[in-house]
This record gives sequence, structure tokens and C-alpha cells, in this order.
Amino acid sequence: MQISTDLTRSAERRSRRALFVLSLGPLCALAGVVWALLQPYRITLLHPYGQGFWWLLSEPPIYVVLVGLVFHWLVAPGVVEDLEEAERERQQ
Amino acid sequence: MIVADSIFMPPSEHVHWWFATGFLILALCFAARAVAGPEVWDRRPWRRYLFPGVLFAMGLLMFPVMVFFTNSAIHMVAHGSWAEAMMLAGGAQLGLAAGKLKSPLWNLTLAFALFVGGVAILVHEQNGWFYSRAAFGHHLLGWIAIGGALIPLVLSVRPRSIAAGLCFAVLLVSVSTVLYADRDTAPIFGHLSPEAGNPHR
Repeated sequence: MQISTDLTRSAERRSRRALFVLSLGPLCALAGVVWALLQPYRITLLHPYGQGFWWLLSEPPIYVVLVGLVFHWLVAPGVVEDLEEAERERQQ
Repeated sequence: MIVADSIFMPPSEHVHWWFATGFLILALCFAARAVAGPEVWDRRPWRRYLFPGVLFAMGLLMFPVMVFFTNSAIHMVAHGSWAEAMMLAGGAQLGLAAGKLKSPLWNLTLAFALFVGGVAILVHEQNGWFYSRAAFGHHLLGWIAIGGALIPLVLSVRPRSIAAGLCFAVLLVSVSTVLYADRDTAPIFGHLSPEAGNPHR
């Protein structure tokens, strides 16, 4: 059992390119949250009474948050993995 | 029969927001591709087909928009030209990704699609800039697309340019932003023509 901190892991630094790719999703989601705070009336779920089906389905700030989260969870990890692998190959 | 304002027919502004979401997905993918580099991005086959696949699907989905949401011939022709231009660009990119197309000149279809799309937006918008927010959005979008057509031109010459790739991603974000801002009837900078109808926020 290892109790002490693995210094080799903490010493690993992500490249600026990897950090950029990893920041795209959270930045996009943050933009959606900021938009929702600035224009809460664009989220009809906050005032659902009297709204029709399409108005309850279409929530643009939530779309922006979802795009950011889906990109961050499904696309970015693979890109960063391949980017770091390519950087290791270049160094060898 | 499909009737406007029924459960079968979303308001047209919602359709603009869905396409805005599509452009936002394309923007994030293109920004990551530009920074990671095309070689790294293309290491996984599904990722290679993501950008062209989404673009092609958006072109395909523009056809039902053309059929159900247009109320004049010029409107229908404009939406049809976007559908065809997006499918051409997406299809060409799919062909390049699959290796079926060899010539890098097929990349010019992206610039062509933007230019044709921009001209169609400007031509089919019958009202002035400050008639309503939708009219303003159409004029702005048209000029963004026409000016932005230069970026894929640069990219077809320098496909590994990070700056050009990021510029293209910013272009897609700006298209997405204008589409998200679209409302069926809303003022723009305090201006709204009395002929436009009752505004929403």
C-alpha cells in the first residue's frame, strides 16, 4: 500500500496545448452559465407555467452548457491522451 | 396536416438555436483540432469524421427547414442553397477523411459554402438592418459568412496553421452567437419596425 504522494505523477506537467483543449469544454459551459444568469428569461423551465412543449424543450443557455460538458467528457480526454502520446513520440 | 403554432411545428427561432448548437459543436471540435494538430486529431477514426459528419448532417437537416419553415420563394431558395452548400462541404470533407478524395482543392468547398451561404442570407433578407433583431442578425450573419470565407481559403493553403484554425473556430462561434440571439420578433438596439409585430424579450 502506498501512503506517500507519488512525486513523479505530481511532477508531470500538461502541455499548453493539452491545457487549452481541456479548458474548451469548461469555458463553453461557463459561458452558458453566465448567459443564464444574465438572461434568466431564456430558460423557460424557471417559469414553466403557460409554456408550450417547444418552449419547455428549447433552453439555449442549457444547450451551451451541455455542449461544453459533452465535449469535456467525451472528446477532450481522447484528444489530450493522443496529444501527450504524440509529444512523447517526438521526444524519443 | 402540419400547422404553424402546433406541437408538430417548433417556432422558427428554436430551429435557429438548434443550428446554433450545431455550429458551437463544430467550433469546439475545430478549435481542439487546430491546437492539437490535424495528425493528432485524426488518430482516432471517429474523430476524423466528427467535423464533416456534423456539417453534412446540418446540411441534411436544413432540407426539412426549407420545406416547413419558408413562406416565400426567395426564402426557400436561400434555405435550399445553405442545405446544398453545407452538404457539399461536409461531403467533400467526409471524402477527404475517408481517403476517397485526394485533392486538397476539395477543402475549398468550405470557403464556397460560406460565401454562397453569406450571399443567400443577404439576398433573402428583404428588410433593413434595424427592422428587427432577426433582420439585423441576417445582415450580420451574411457579412460574417462572406468575410469569413477567406479563413478556409487560408486553411486550404496552410492547413496546419494554428492561427487560421483558431480564427475558423472563432468564426463558427460568432455564427452560433448570432443564431442564438435570433428571436422571431424582437427589437435591436431599441429599434423595431411597427410592421414586425408584437415583440418578445
